[in-house]
Amino acid sequence: MAFIDLKEVSKQYGSRRVLANINLAVEEGEFVCIVGASASGKTTLMKIVAGLVAPDGGSVTIGGQAINGFPRFASIVFQNYSLLPWFSALENVRLGVESAFPDWPAAKQKEQAKRYLDLVGLGNAHLKRPGQLSGGMRQRVAIARAFAVEPRVLFLDEPFGALDALTRATVQQELARLCDEQKPRATVLMITNSVDEAILLSDRILALGRRVSGKDAATLSKAAPVTLARPRAADLLMHDEGAVRVRAQVTDLLTSGASKNRTGRRVTAVVATAAPVEVCPE
Amino acid sequence: MKMLVKNFLLSLVGIALLLGLWTFLSGNVAKDLPSPFKTWQDSKLYVLQPWDKRGEMDQGIGRMTFYSLVRVAKGFSLAILIGTPLGFLLGGSPLLARMFDPVMQVLRPISPLAWLPLGLILFRQSEPAALFTIALCSMWPTVINTMQGVRSIPQDYTNVAKVLRLSPWKRFTKISLPATLPYMFTGYRLSLGLAWLVIVAAEMLTGTPGVGGFLWQEYNSLIYSHILLCILTIGVVGFTLDRLMGVAESRLRAA
Repeated sequence: MAFIDLKEVSKQYGSRRVLANINLAVEEGEFVCIVGASASGKTTLMKIVAGLVAPDGGSVTIGGQAINGFPRFASIVFQNYSLLPWFSALENVRLGVESAFPDWPAAKQKEQAKRYLDLVGLGNAHLKRPGQLSGGMRQRVAIARAFAVEPRVLFLDEPFGALDALTRATVQQELARLCDEQKPRATVLMITNSVDEAILLSDRILALGRRVSGKDAATLSKAAPVTLARPRAADLLMHDEGAVRVRAQVTDLLTSGASKNRTGRRVTAVVATAAPVEVCPE
Repeated sequence: MKMLVKNFLLSLVGIALLLGLWTFLSGNVAKDLPSPFKTWQDSKLYVLQPWDKRGEMDQGIGRMTFYSLVRVAKGFSLAILIGTPLGFLLGGSPLLARMFDPVMQVLRPISPLAWLPLGLILFRQSEPAALFTIALCSMWPTVINTMQGVRSIPQDYTNVAKVLRLSPWKRFTKISLPATLPYMFTGYRLSLGLAWLVIVAAEMLTGTPGVGGFLWQEYNSLIYSHILLCILTIGVVGFTLDRLMGVAESRLRAA
C-alpha cells in the first residue's frame, strides 16, 4: 500500500457533487502535484487528504492508518499565509514547534524556530509581525513554520497563489531547496493551478477536472511523470525538451476532459494560466 | 497640527454659543434657570475646593465624583467579569446562543430605574443594590460584542489551530482571545458609558453620596445652580471615560 492512499473518495456539498472516484497513491518521499482550475475541487481534495474535511465516500489512509483529523507528523502551507497577526514571525514558527515537540525544552524550541527562519532568509525579521512583512516574506514565515516541525508529510495548498510572479519564482526555488535538503525527504502533496510550477517542483503531476460528460463532479486524470534532474531552474525548463513534453502531456490531460465537458470553460482557463513565462532572477 | 488647532478653536466657538443661549434663556424665558455666571458664583466653593468634606451630602465636587467613580468601577468590573465569559460561551456555542438570545433581548432594554427596587429587595442595602443595577444594565454590550468577536474569528486562524493541533487552552489563549480582544474592548467602552449613565439614576434613588446623590439633594434643597454643576460634571467625566477607553481600544487595534 502506498504511503498516502485514496480509494474511491467522493464528496458533495448539498446536492452539488464536487469530487467522485478519486484514487491516488503517493509513495513515501514523493512530490506529487495536482493541477486544476479554480473551483475544480482542488482545495476540497486537499482538505480531505489532510483530514480537515471528512469525505462522503471512500477511504483515505496515510502510513497505513485511516486519517482522523490533521495528522500529527504533517504540516501544511496555505495560500493566504494563515499567520497569527498578533505574534512575531518567530512566535508564529515557535507555536508550531511547541505543539510538534512539546517535550523539548523551551530554549531548544526557540532555537529550532530561529534556525528555520534563517533557512528561508528571514534572519533579520524574527521579531517583525506579519503586518510588517511583505507577501513573499509572510509566505516564507509560513513555509518556515511548516518545515520547522520536521514533517513526514507536507501539504501545500496553492502556496504561491497570492504572490506576484517575481517573488513567486524565488520562493518556489527556496521551497525546492528546503525539500531537497530535508533528510529523509518528506512526502509532499501540492495543489496548484500553474503547470509550470508543477513541473518545477514535482515528481508526478495529475490533473483534476470535470471530465465525464453528464457528471459534474471532478475526477483525477492519470499521472504524468516528471523525470527531470534536480535542482531545476525555471528558465531552463522553458526550453528543456523533457519539460516541454511534460507540459504538453499535462495540458492534454487537462483539456481532454474539457472537450467532453459541459462546463469546459473552466478547464480551458487552466491552460491559459499555464502559458505565462516565469522569470527566475537567479 | 493646523487641523487640531482649528478644531479646538471651533469647539470653543460652540461652547461660547451654548453659553450665550443659556444666558439668554435664563434671563428671558426660564427665570428659574440660573445663568452661567450665577451657577459659577454658587458652585465656586465646590469646584475650587473639590476635596472638602463639610457634611455627608455637602462635599466638594471632586470628592463626590470620586465616590461615583469608585461605585462605577465596582459595578463595571462586575459587568465585565460576568459579561466577558458569558460572551465567549455564547459566541462559542450556537446552541447556547439560540437558547439565550430571547432572554437577552428582553433583559437588555430594561431601565436601571426598574432594576434598582429589585436590587433593594434582594440586598436590603443601597450599595450592593446599586452595583447590581450597574452590572445588570451595563454588561450587555460586553456580552454581545464579545460574542460577535468570537463568531467572527477568521476561518484561517481556526485552521491554524487545527493543523498545529493546539490544546483547547492554547487555542483559547493564542487564538480566540487575541482575535476577540478588539471586539471585547469595543464592548467595554460601551459598557462603561452605560455604567456611568446608570450610576446617576442609582444614586438619585438610593440617596448615597456621589454626583447623582448630590444632584438630587440639591434639587430637594432648591439650590438649582448645583444641579447644573452636577450635570456638567457628569458630562465631562463621561466624555473623559469614553476617550480613555477609546485610546485603549485604538492601541489594541493598532497592535
